[in-house]
Amino acid sequence: MGAIQPKVSEPVSDELALVEAAKAGDDAAFEELVRRYDRNVFRIAQHITQNREDAEDVVQDAFVKAYTNLKQFQGQSKFYTWLVRIAVNEALMKLRRRRPERTVSLDEDVKTEDDSVPREVADWSPNPEQQYTQAELRDILDRTIHGLPATFRTVFVLRDVEGLSTEETAEALSLSIPAVKSRLLRARLQLRERLNKFFQRRDRANGSQKTVSGDGNQ
Amino acid sequence: MKCSEFLHELTDYLDGVIDAGTKSELEEHLAWCHNCYVVCDTTKKTIEIYRDSKLYELPENLETKLRSAIATRCKSHKNKTSEGKA
Repeated sequence: MGAIQPKVSEPVSDELALVEAAKAGDDAAFEELVRRYDRNVFRIAQHITQNREDAEDVVQDAFVKAYTNLKQFQGQSKFYTWLVRIAVNEALMKLRRRRPERTVSLDEDVKTEDDSVPREVADWSPNPEQQYTQAELRDILDRTIHGLPATFRTVFVLRDVEGLSTEETAEALSLSIPAVKSRLLRARLQLRERLNKFFQRRDRANGSQKTVSGDGNQ
Repeated sequence: MKCSEFLHELTDYLDGVIDAGTKSELEEHLAWCHNCYVVCDTTKKTIEIYRDSKLYELPENLETKLRSAIATRCKSHKNKTSEGKA
């Protein structure tokens, strides 16, 4: 079983040129940066806020904030990582405003029930996503990811949906690399567990399903 | 290698950022432990399904609306700043 293929990232050489031009007052250059990344920022915002209207606000606020603070971008990181950092902060602020009773912090190490040990191990169909229409699949994926704590959701979206590296994710979220890795592992395992009920092989679902107890050598 | 040790390394294994020695230990474990094989395989599929960005296209009309709102707000900020300097 091989490693998952990394996403092909955009060339960054002309990105820096665009940023420099935008800094010098070229609005067309900034508009090009918006065109390049608005979909990504929207996706991140929607996954964090879990609300389309909030996500629309976050996209606008994040780009306007990037525009007004562009001179502070020193080019030590990629522009996109810097933008993601702004967008994540805006999205978390939305979430905090909407749910003032629950403080949302990326630093908290969420302890959920024993989530690192898979409880259900079932084979999936060879092409599980093909069992559903695109709309059904989208709904399943949304509902599944929305059940995760915000900290896990955010790390998973940046790393696995958007394809940021571990280092870039750590930088965008002001987390340590081990913290990103630990949250990512738990997010991946929890999502897998939750998707089981949709994707496990239907023909031998009962026969092949096993329950794992403990973590000894099996 | 125990299943818990395998799980601990799963993220690095799937990301392909693991040294050759650990990788071969993990693969030896995978060869005989069906449960870990299934967990590894289905976790990989989980990531691949979420990564399929076709599912998350931003509707074109919304994109146009957002781009225009951003441009307007940026322009308004620029005007305010240049008025301030004048």
